[in-house]
Amino acid sequence: MKPHRHANNKTESGSQPCEISFDRSDEKKLLINLAGSWTLKCKRPSADVVKKEITAGGATGIAFNTTGITEWDSGLLIFLGRVIGLFLKNGITVDKTGLPNGAGKLMDLAAAVPEKKGARKKSQKESFLFRVGSESVAFVRSSGDVLTFVGEASTAFIKFLTGKARFRRSDLTRIIQDCGIEALPIVSLISLLVGLILAFVGAVQLTMFGAEIYVANLVGIAMVRVMAAVMTGIIMAGRTGAAFAAQLGTMQVNEEIDAFKTMGISPMEFLVLPRILGLTLMMPLLCLYADLMGILGGFIVGVGMLDLNMVEYYNQTKAAVPLSNLWIGLFQSIVFGILIAVAGCLRGMQCGRSASAVGDATTSAVVTGIISIIVATAVITVITNVLGI
Amino acid sequence: MSQKTPAITTKNLEIAYGDFVIQRDLNFTVNRGEIFVLMGGSGCGKTTVMRCLTGLKAPEKGQVFLGNISLWEAEQATRDQMAHNIGIVYQSGALWSSMTLAENVGLPLGEFYDLTPQEIRELSSLKLALVGLSGFEDYYPSEISGGMRKRAGVARALALDPQFLFFDEPSAGLDPVTSSLLDDLILELRDSLGTTMVLVTHELPSIFSVADNCVYLDGDTHTMIAGGDPKRLKTDCDDPKVHAFLTRGGKNRTG
Ligand SMILES: Nc1ncnc2c1ncn2[C@@H]1O[C@H](COP(=O)(O)OP(=O)(O)O)[C@@H](O)[C@H]1O
Ligand SMILES: [Mg+2]
Repeated sequence: MKPHRHANNKTESGSQPCEISFDRSDEKKLLINLAGSWTLKCKRPSADVVKKEITAGGATGIAFNTTGITEWDSGLLIFLGRVIGLFLKNGITVDKTGLPNGAGKLMDLAAAVPEKKGARKKSQKESFLFRVGSESVAFVRSSGDVLTFVGEASTAFIKFLTGKARFRRSDLTRIIQDCGIEALPIVSLISLLVGLILAFVGAVQLTMFGAEIYVANLVGIAMVRVMAAVMTGIIMAGRTGAAFAAQLGTMQVNEEIDAFKTMGISPMEFLVLPRILGLTLMMPLLCLYADLMGILGGFIVGVGMLDLNMVEYYNQTKAAVPLSNLWIGLFQSIVFGILIAVAGCLRGMQCGRSASAVGDATTSAVVTGIISIIVATAVITVITNVLGI
Repeated sequence: MSQKTPAITTKNLEIAYGDFVIQRDLNFTVNRGEIFVLMGGSGCGKTTVMRCLTGLKAPEKGQVFLGNISLWEAEQATRDQMAHNIGIVYQSGALWSSMTLAENVGLPLGEFYDLTPQEIRELSSLKLALVGLSGFEDYYPSEISGGMRKRAGVARALALDPQFLFFDEPSAGLDPVTSSLLDDLILELRDSLGTTMVLVTHELPSIFSVADNCVYLDGDTHTMIAGGDPKRLKTDCDDPKVHAFLTRGGKNRTG
């Protein structure tokens, strides 16, 4: 029988540490005595100890005596791997007979390398009516799921605040880049055009009263207070929200999410949290950028078409837009960031196990994202009105 | 394995999706260090039963004991602890596609042990070498063949030195030679690690070459209708369905 390898079952957590000693009674062969607990949990000696011993003694071979080992796992294998790797290069013979039965076999198995091939595929379909029916039923059921998801996401966020959330920082950086810098071109284009359109529409009316200069007010306030936030929100819902749903949905299909769960790694922390954080951090920056681009659009119309003076237009905009509007706009964009990311991740995590389910999840994420943006805008507008801001 | 210790036991297990019962009245025992096969036709619920044994899908009724702890009655903390003892090789491999093979194997190690990146790297290489994939550490799952992905899945399942190893259709999508090599790997890992293994499969050659024990799940009656050593079942079992299954439809073909 092998030693009790899997003694990592709590009771033995205080077991004795691993010990190493050397027996040089045989000139040629260094006998390495290993004893105690050789697991990943314990602090293991480095292979250099053995190297020093062998350079000092001048032995040409090593052997092991492991009768004193009480438990072992990959911790022993990593040590053996290093020792064996160290000496095979120098032509020193390694005698594996003294190793625990399984460990010796594993080291041999690791050294034998074969090489082969294989392949596979899958897909599925359902009737339209069946889909409509099941979607409706699912919609009613899903409200509960939404609450659970939001609860879990909040828990993960609290863990993040206390520094206990587990995720790869590199994932967060990649997501920030993905939904920040890489969204700039489309945000620029859309907000510039929205600014132009607002200015055009306004100019037609305002010239009738000879009040062209108020185009600056119209564009400035509209962009800064709502339009920039709403437009970036809608762009990001279509761009990033959809991407989140597709990414997580695909991981669901490939059982990757299951694999996280069974390894005790929370997909909520590992996958959802960095996405929500990344988008929520980037949204206000994009919104600020969209503010500027929108005002630039108005400026182009004002100066180019209405023959307004540049400085005058600039001063008019500055005077017309109170700082509080900027804060309201930025606040909205943060709210939208959270809503879009939550909608995207929620739909992705709810995704079924077929390829077409990923498509449904993506569509659903965009729809949910845009609807929640519009509803949130309405709510925020009413609240600010009531508060008189 | 002289004396037998039960490692996994099910008691009156019933599993359903909504009102649709997949399997009911499942009572079987997997002994420590044994290779146990869940077999049956496609769609009879093998994967679903496996998901229930590994803590991914709650049963409607009954219990699953891993060792002497009831999986579905244990507290979340205990269940998380047990999760480290369970390694699963998924039907599709389920490797995390955005990570290299070494990162796939190394991630759980880094999460649960206090190891240096260097140690994690060495351990990942070692586990990959165990399944014959040394040199492929920096490949992404999309860059290797299906058989290699399966084996990489085995390496990842072995990452935390689990006591229980589950395989969902390990040979699905593999040619006979590759799949027999995978069977050899399963046997070698069992012999050297002493891990308890549960295989979901309907590949007869696999069943006969690796299984110590098995149960046959029937998709029509939604329960297990036979169990024991598959070689003995082949000759002794008089249930026509089981016999037909084990002899590829053979002599007693019904309907
Ligand atoms: N998510 C699900 N919802 C409802 N039914 C499901 C689901 N997954 C699988 N099933 C049904 O459960 C049965 C068993 O599936 P599965 O365990 O995958 O079979 P096997 O692995 O034996 O081929 C099948 O009839 C399948 O239609
Ligand atoms: Mg299956």
